[in-house]
Amino acid sequence: MATIYIDNKPYVVKDGQNLLHACLSLGFDLPYFCWHPAMHSVGACRQCAVKQFRDEKDTKGKIVMSCMTPAAEGTRISIDDPEAMEFRASVIEWLMLSHPHDCPVCDEGGECHLQDMTVMTGHNYRRTRFPKRTHRNQDLGPFINHEMNRCIQCYRCVRFYCDYAQGRDFNVFACHHAVYFGRHRDGVLESEFSGNLIEICPTGVFTDKALKRHYTRKWDLQTAPSVCVHCGLGCNTIPGERYGALRRILNRYNGEVNGYFLCDRGRFGYEFVNSGQRVRTPLMKNNETGALEPATKGDVIERLSHILYFGANVIGIGSARASLEANFALRALVGPDRFFVFDETRRRLMATMIGILKSGPARTPSMKDVASSDAVFILGEDVANTAPMLALALRQAARQRPMQDVAKLKIPLWDDTAVREVIQGEKGPFFIAAPHATKLDDVATETYHAAGEDIARLGFAVAHELDPAAPPVPDLKEEALLLARRIALFLKGARRPLVVSGMSGTSDSLLRAAGNVAWALCKTGHDAALCFTTDECNSLGLGLLADLGDGYVSDIGKAFALAEKGKLDAIIILENDLFLREDISRVERFLEGCGHVIVIDHLFSRTTGKADIVLPAGTFAESDGTFVNNEGRAQRCFQVFVPEGDIQESWRWVRDALNAARRPIQWRTFDDVVAAMAGEMQQFEAVAEIAPPAGFRIAGQKIPRQPHRYSGRTAMHAQIDVHEPKPPDDADTPLAYSMEGFEGIPPSALVPRFWAPGWNSVQSVNKFQEEVGGPLRGDDPGKRLIEPTGGKEVPYFHEVPGAFVPRKGELLIVPLYHIFGSEELSVLSPGIAGMAPHPYLALNPFDAEGLGMNAGDEGEVVISGNTYRLPITLMASLPQGVAGLPSGLPGLRGIVFPAWAKTGRAT
Amino acid sequence: MLTEGERREIEEEIAKSERKRAASVEVLKIVQKRRGWVPDDLDELAATLDMTPDELDAVATFYSLVFRKPVGRHVILICDSVSCWVMEYESMREHLSERLGIGMGGTSTDGMFTLLPVACLGACDRAPVMMVDEVLYTNLTTEKIDGILEAYRRGNM
Amino acid sequence: MERPLTENIRSDGQPVGIEEYEKLGGYQATRKALGGMSPQEITAAVKNADLRGRGGAGFPTGIKWSFIPMGDAARHPKYLVCNADEMEPGTFKDRLLLEGNPHQLIEGMIVSGYALEADLAYIFLRAEYTLAAKRLGQAIAEAYAKGYLGRRILGSDYSLDLRLHLSAGRYICGEETALLNALEGKRAIPRAKPPHPQTSGLWGKPTIVNNVETLSNVPHIVDRGAEWFKSLSHTDCGGTKIYGVSGRVKRPGLWELPMGTPAREIIDLHAGGMRNGYGFRGVIPGGASTEFLLEEHLDVRMDFDSLPKAGSRLGTGTMIVLDDKTCPVGMVLSLETFFARESCGWCTPCREGLRWVVQIIDAIEKGEGAGEDLDILEGQCRLLAPGHTFCALAPGAVEPLQSALKYFREDFERHIKEKGCPWR
Repeated sequence: MATIYIDNKPYVVKDGQNLLHACLSLGFDLPYFCWHPAMHSVGACRQCAVKQFRDEKDTKGKIVMSCMTPAAEGTRISIDDPEAMEFRASVIEWLMLSHPHDCPVCDEGGECHLQDMTVMTGHNYRRTRFPKRTHRNQDLGPFINHEMNRCIQCYRCVRFYCDYAQGRDFNVFACHHAVYFGRHRDGVLESEFSGNLIEICPTGVFTDKALKRHYTRKWDLQTAPSVCVHCGLGCNTIPGERYGALRRILNRYNGEVNGYFLCDRGRFGYEFVNSGQRVRTPLMKNNETGALEPATKGDVIERLSHILYFGANVIGIGSARASLEANFALRALVGPDRFFVFDETRRRLMATMIGILKSGPARTPSMKDVASSDAVFILGEDVANTAPMLALALRQAARQRPMQDVAKLKIPLWDDTAVREVIQGEKGPFFIAAPHATKLDDVATETYHAAGEDIARLGFAVAHELDPAAPPVPDLKEEALLLARRIALFLKGARRPLVVSGMSGTSDSLLRAAGNVAWALCKTGHDAALCFTTDECNSLGLGLLADLGDGYVSDIGKAFALAEKGKLDAIIILENDLFLREDISRVERFLEGCGHVIVIDHLFSRTTGKADIVLPAGTFAESDGTFVNNEGRAQRCFQVFVPEGDIQESWRWVRDALNAARRPIQWRTFDDVVAAMAGEMQQFEAVAEIAPPAGFRIAGQKIPRQPHRYSGRTAMHAQIDVHEPKPPDDADTPLAYSMEGFEGIPPSALVPRFWAPGWNSVQSVNKFQEEVGGPLRGDDPGKRLIEPTGGKEVPYFHEVPGAFVPRKGELLIVPLYHIFGSEELSVLSPGIAGMAPHPYLALNPFDAEGLGMNAGDEGEVVISGNTYRLPITLMASLPQGVAGLPSGLPGLRGIVFPAWAKTGRAT
Repeated sequence: MLTEGERREIEEEIAKSERKRAASVEVLKIVQKRRGWVPDDLDELAATLDMTPDELDAVATFYSLVFRKPVGRHVILICDSVSCWVMEYESMREHLSERLGIGMGGTSTDGMFTLLPVACLGACDRAPVMMVDEVLYTNLTTEKIDGILEAYRRGNM
Repeated sequence: MERPLTENIRSDGQPVGIEEYEKLGGYQATRKALGGMSPQEITAAVKNADLRGRGGAGFPTGIKWSFIPMGDAARHPKYLVCNADEMEPGTFKDRLLLEGNPHQLIEGMIVSGYALEADLAYIFLRAEYTLAAKRLGQAIAEAYAKGYLGRRILGSDYSLDLRLHLSAGRYICGEETALLNALEGKRAIPRAKPPHPQTSGLWGKPTIVNNVETLSNVPHIVDRGAEWFKSLSHTDCGGTKIYGVSGRVKRPGLWELPMGTPAREIIDLHAGGMRNGYGFRGVIPGGASTEFLLEEHLDVRMDFDSLPKAGSRLGTGTMIVLDDKTCPVGMVLSLETFFARESCGWCTPCREGLRWVVQIIDAIEKGEGAGEDLDILEGQCRLLAPGHTFCALAPGAVEPLQSALKYFREDFERHIKEKGCPWR
């Protein structure tokens, strides 16, 4: 710790910080632009100037940039010094020489850091009479709007895009006052993190193009703390609603999870909530016409009552994209032995994954832990496409080893330019073994492209090299053995090695191999972490809930078997399109044999098309719920707005069904379900502690979802009723659908938006953190549900798979994941749909040659009796004998991977 | 498309460099030497340096003597810095503008000359000065400028 | 009067070739250094000689060198870079050394490289010095051919490669850290110090950057000793200095004179005084980024310590004379236009402030000045101070401006009052 003096008062700060970091953490309002807590200091904007004094006797002092000055013991500075204040106001004056006065028509207005800093410095009078410099704007694709005239040249965009996210199709051009931030030529930004430019830019150069289509000011948005539903990482978000539609998603800082950033799928994937595919009323099948028709809530409850009261044999299908509470409720309704989750492959993978995490010594890392790992080994996962934000964290991990050398030169780690200069793009040990080239290959020390079995064998071999007690790999090829030795050597030399694998490889062996590597590291005294990706926002939660152990095999395949016996009266399908999960014809047959098909979901799908009853569920924005991310962190997602009509939370539909079945249940509120779940299932004990209960008040007040400047509440419904409607009650949470309530900083799990006096932009997050860039006040939200057992015995897996053997006349079809396209919900956003690839079949060029096909030819592949005709793409990194199909694209759904398939020229 | 000659020269230049990217300015100049300017399609050129066109253009647009717009057959760089300014730079510039019918940054309609300002050429004792392509002309007078332009027009230079 | 730097430069404009250079005693310092002196001895000699950087800042060269890690503690490769990016308006001294005696510089780099245990040396030359480029290229080839460069120089254990890098414009490249970025093939944005290049320079490795004139002095110091070198100077700062004068004097040019030669002697004696019909009004003593001096200051000694007492700096030691028929406002406009154009665009005060300064002075010169303009200009001079900006460009840029506002204020005021330039 160091004592520094700010305007003659002593303060104790942590060692090794810069003064800006220290002052902001102490709560001082010191303006800045170029500095960013995740990207640190470069000293470009000169906005954070303070006066520094040599000692008590020094009365003259000199102006320094606080971001570039260490907060060393005894440092004496003044923030209030008149000369420093004048200089800070001058910086704004300089920036304003060319900044357009277009705030009223600027999308950033009202949440603009430049506006805030302008007010903070007191600059308010325009002295120049000369023309402003102007620029031409670029079309940067569907997500980002570009308005260069507003640029204040803080260089944050290029530092984020190129340095932090390592995108290479964006830069700074030209010189002096003509500097320009954009692309070499117009075109879609290639980085999957481009949306962060919206929050990184301190003013309105990069704004949200999707928001622009349904624009609403920050102060008019109703917001609540939420969790992203588009992959398994559980990034924290702030969705904003107006007039019953979601308008945008912003990052919600969580120091352990997503920090300051989101991926573009998470940021722009929300529009399914507003889409025409929403189920908005209850629907019942007209028994005469066979068509689904809108029905009243009363009618469907009555029909449900008949079905469930008299139906002896009802099963339920849970959902990895539904909350724990919804799944728990359904499980309670149908009984644990009639509650089915996951398709066969995923159930098996999830069981293996949970088994590894529970039985061995390797800990699952948070994304913050991932970013601080100094050696990485990825097995079988295309992280940038399956868990994009993890890829961003891994990119930071690749810098950790070289950063250790920087520290030796006594260069502070916050001096970003100096750090990068020493590192020179050098990367720490980083190994990727995947079926094909991935977007992370540019940071890899070495890559290994092979079929799943061979990747698993490499992993087993690495584990054996680390610890001879781990099983050896018979008949391993020389090349793979040498690679395994190199990987083992680097992992061994690391302080915080990390092993990454996940569900997308569709192979248990991969997970086991990853487990062995992490365990071998732990056993040999390393602080190793083991990170598994999961495919949906609550995959791990569902896995923990369903008890996938030896007790029963509860996947959909088992349900299929039950149906084939012909004993089912009804099936309740929760937030799930079964046609995405299993082979289409199997699902068709299954639903025919299920008796009554009841679907609770928010979107129409092929499954709802087979339903007798469809119950309109709330999306993540219209429900409260708990999701467990890939780390095992249970996180609460709060309802943002009250939907029109009969849409309600899935768990409430289940509760209504229970009542209809005359099994009255005492779940009045969300907390009741949580309490029941926590009481019944030990693994979810902590879920009740994730966020304060509904009765929580601060000074007798709830937390308002609407900002204090929310406008039009008396006018927004005036065409219907001139009286101001009573705001809806929220019996489920301490949040209110109102602008009245507690205006201070609530407990971290309840923060509905970042906004603080004088800080209207996203930069106000500083005020919500214990230390800038550190945890939120009262710690980052979420509770970890899985911790390693810590036993001394390492239960190595011994089932080493055999090497991959290509087949004659057939190719092994593996899934290829696309950040835009492979996920079912986000692809309903127009921007994301436009970025999704067209279906294709990827072949190794040698295989293509063997089949007499070239790129662009129409190929034909037959999987489980279904024929797909697709244009051929050549992918040199695919191993011979393996072909790839994009996962989840419309038209390619319901394929069970991996699959051996006959492939040839379309006939 | 890079020509065979360009490609060879670029490869030689890169081979001389400690790191590929360090050759970026030289490589841009190789193209400029042959074409007068660096055309917009930077993809192939950037690839020789393991750079993206965006990365290369960020460098190209920074340096004043890398031309990212077409120029005339000869580029006149007239020094507008202080010593030359004291020594009648403005008259020289006006004379050039009038003779060529262009302002700063312009290219004469016959495509012969582009006129650009340049930072002090380090020949202040012989001010005013200008460079045409790679040749320095000192102690300029309007008559001398006429002679120089004429010589280039006649193809004597 | 000894003129070690320039005495061998030929009057016919041709460069000193390697044989002629050797005949004149060239490469003796290399033999002496590599043949028996330790790197530390050379650094000590340079330190004792009171050689100060001739690029403009005047930092003691020996002290600069002493910060570079040596021996086993050092990371390699280590670099020595010669800053030959002479572009400070009014400065033309390095051109003389580069074109006239390239081997002297090369030898300076070999000896300095040896003292620094450098593995690789670069000459960073501005693109417009085409003649210098040709001559340096040839001289380097000659030096390689004779074994002065390359593996095991003159049979010693020391190896050094020397490469010539031709830049592509931009004054900021002359800032030593921006120069390093330019050498790396990046945008030439300066870097913050610390870390200094000695710790993290070219590609993050230990690096020394020295000016052409500085390095050209080193062989002479090694050859003839620190005491001799100090004796060349009139002041505490060792050696000779190449002074220059441009503007309306009778004989503009360059002269190697004892360090500390008074300004009046240089202008009146060596440059022959003002041209007929022109009177002296002021002088910028050391390149564009130094403050004006008036007639009353001309007895000042032209060295690093004396000029600040007169309110200016030695800078590059090349003077630009303002005569009484030239508009000081126009002259300052030319200077500021240059600096605004050459700002790299990294930090706010320089990028925006200098542009504003130019807009204001341009308006004044065109007769569109407003009453508050001079206050704003004075404010900008105060605000664009060292430490306020990222590098020294903008603080240097306002040096001539603030002195002009002080010394030629009535000229500015007349422009505003008369709504036009009285000189036109």
